[in-house]
Amino acid sequence: MMVVEALVALLLLASGAAALVAALGLLRLPDFFMRLHGPTKATTLGLGGILAASTIVFSVQDPGLSLHEVLITLFLFITAPASAHILAKSAMHDRVPFQGGQEDPLLHPANLVPESAGEYHAAGLDLPPPGEPLPGEES
Amino acid sequence: MTRSILPRPFLSLSLLVIWLLVNMSLSLGQVLLGTVLALALPPLTLRFWPDAPAIRSLPKLVRYTLVFLYDVLIANVQVAIWILGPVSRLRPRWVFVPLELEHPLSITLLAATVSLTPGTVSSHISADRRLLIVHCLHTLDDAETVQQIKERYERPLKEIFG
Repeated sequence: MMVVEALVALLLLASGAAALVAALGLLRLPDFFMRLHGPTKATTLGLGGILAASTIVFSVQDPGLSLHEVLITLFLFITAPASAHILAKSAMHDRVPFQGGQEDPLLHPANLVPESAGEYHAAGLDLPPPGEPLPGEES
Repeated sequence: MTRSILPRPFLSLSLLVIWLLVNMSLSLGQVLLGTVLALALPPLTLRFWPDAPAIRSLPKLVRYTLVFLYDVLIANVQVAIWILGPVSRLRPRWVFVPLELEHPLSITLLAATVSLTPGTVSSHISADRRLLIVHCLHTLDDAETVQQIKERYERPLKEIFG
């Protein structure tokens, strides 16, 4: 029992530390896109540790494995990248400034494949999803 | 025959497993109910999954998952060191990953993997689905980062889904 408790405490401390570092990242990093790396960190290692601890506690307390945590992990791994992606994408389209001195990545040639896309983009509008023609372009 | 009864065997199996996990029970009733759901739902939602790619190699999928979990662990420590160290020394970069994967699902999996391994967030995909734009928290060599993503994640995904 002692061993189990020690293990659980260790896991909780480790994930607490990971979440703390992620929060420090939010505080210290200079631009939006860099700060975005913090939350994705907290979901993976921080929550991973808490869920592992929870699995151990409830598997020891009650007979049988506790596996609800597996589902939480699964759903988190599905949703976390989607939210990070949407945050990053909307910030890009909103022209949020970023460190590093690179050109706006949306101006990369691959984003401007159809001829009219350049002008369309210059107007500050989003590109339509793949497969759909750009306004003014008949396929 | 098996096609019409079990159009998506993997989806059916996942549904059954998730049902049993939600209910946390292996009793006959739950197994039966889960089986009914697993058999009934895929045909009803078939139009939602137009052409799911087949999993060609299950061992490679398992291997990919393990590599992924290991990388999450290692990368977390790496990013923690960057955050706690001198922030002004970080060199954030946009890197451009040319994609060889074609199926939307495998591209989604690659993008999700890149986002979940800390230090990289996939931010944008070009209109023609040929280029993934990834934001790196810190990289000294863009080409090497791209190479790493391609070799470590894209190649196995290509082998798993074709």
